[in-house]
Amino acid sequence: MSRQPAPLLSVTALAAGWPGARRPVCGPLSFALAPGEILGIGGANGAGKSTLLAAIAGSARIFAGSVERRPGLRLAHQRQLPPAFAGVPFNGHDLLALTGASSAGLPPWLASRLALRLDTLSGGQRQFLHLWASLRAPADLVMLDEPTNNLDPAGVAALEVALRRRAADGVGLLLVSHDARFIAAVCGRVLQLDAPAEAPPDDEFDCDSGCDSGCDSGNEAGTSATASVSLEERR
Amino acid sequence: MSADSLLSAVGLDSLPFDALFVGPFATGLCFAVALPLLGAYLRLRDEWLAALAFAQTAAAGALLAMLAGLPLVAGGVGAAALAAALKNLFDRATRGAQGAFFALLLVFAWAASVLLAANLPLAERMAHALFDGQLYFSDNAQLLTASVCVLAALVVLRVLSRRLLLAHFFPELLRASGIAAPRLAFDLLVAATLALATMSIGVMGAFALIFVPPLLAWRWAGTWRSGLLLAVSVGVLSFAAAFALALALDQPFGPLLGGLLVSIAAVALLIPARRETRGQTAVRTQPPAH
Repeated sequence: MSRQPAPLLSVTALAAGWPGARRPVCGPLSFALAPGEILGIGGANGAGKSTLLAAIAGSARIFAGSVERRPGLRLAHQRQLPPAFAGVPFNGHDLLALTGASSAGLPPWLASRLALRLDTLSGGQRQFLHLWASLRAPADLVMLDEPTNNLDPAGVAALEVALRRRAADGVGLLLVSHDARFIAAVCGRVLQLDAPAEAPPDDEFDCDSGCDSGCDSGNEAGTSATASVSLEERR
Repeated sequence: MSADSLLSAVGLDSLPFDALFVGPFATGLCFAVALPLLGAYLRLRDEWLAALAFAQTAAAGALLAMLAGLPLVAGGVGAAALAAALKNLFDRATRGAQGAFFALLLVFAWAASVLLAANLPLAERMAHALFDGQLYFSDNAQLLTASVCVLAALVVLRVLSRRLLLAHFFPELLRASGIAAPRLAFDLLVAATLALATMSIGVMGAFALIFVPPLLAWRWAGTWRSGLLLAVSVGVLSFAAAFALALALDQPFGPLLGGLLVSIAAVALLIPARRETRGQTAVRTQPPAH
């Protein structure tokens, strides 16, 4: 009789937002993520997808509920907006060495360009390399926010292969994307955050309690209300 | 052992300047190594204005210390360190307006220095010396301080480098790892080094050494490590040339160093950087349909 592996992550009735906000942006949400599982998070702009990742990473405010990580969990998180590469003397080898990522398995169209400065690569090549550095970093759980941005179809296809290989290593993956086709292609389950409804009254949440950390992500605070949620099995 | 016999023993007695200037040369050389390195990380954080703001603050602090009868170094380093701590408080209070702090600090420190100089003759002379630099009058105590400073800067940068780079390229990954971005530690290091450098090579020389070498290195280097090496090389060679020129021409060191670095930068930046790019794009044109 086989035992189910302990989940990497258990989220229970989570309502999260940004420090200084009066209301959460997303939630309440409940789900768990097992090793080797790829969970997609879809939904409209403002539904709280990025906020959810930030809450799991510990950089957003938790209004209610809880996020439990497996003890000793190593987490990699990549934000939606790429950093500034222009003018910085940094090449692909520098970038991968920074996160401890291996270059083994990189698509040939990128592997041959690792010695070039990042600001001489195309936007899609930079995006893929930046993703790869997070994806192949030593981690048990990898969270990627809109990973298909700037990628052409070949880049998306290569990313899908890389994600499946990483999951096969036992790494859990949380993917935020508005690209429904991409989500459907790689994710075993999808958490769909629907467009925010009308804002609840201001006193619905006690804003003086439970701020988890000093986040400096600079996201807009409290612009949407609690989103409705659906979780569907894809296969 | 006298300075002359020491120079002779190590084969440096044929230097083009008197042994009297070996100490000042070594003092400036320490800062010519440390400042370009710090400048590269400041540039990465888009905080190059911090260099001028901290240097000006150190000068104002030194003037205040002189008036209070305290050591200049204590006043300069203390004021710059206080500014670094305030900067971190300001960053937390005004999310998204980080760049404004250095401009505000610069104006404040500048105003304080000018007001002190305008009202006190002694302060005016000292302000002039702090701006131009008084490297040729630096003593063994300053050489010792500079040596300790550059060693500390190298060790601390070695420890902080990866985190500083992660904070720029992978801020969420760093945060998710539970590791704090080393903001305060780096700011204090920059503030202290700049304050000590200002006491020796002046506001102008310190700012030129922290700003121009990384500017040039970033244009030509292919990797982060080669960028750091190139920045230090430009800093050291420019410093040595300016030191010799200032002695030969009997001119103040700071303005000569600034002028030399800007001249090198002007020429270098006009030369297009040759870099391999992602490849040529094949273009096909079709005749318009008739």
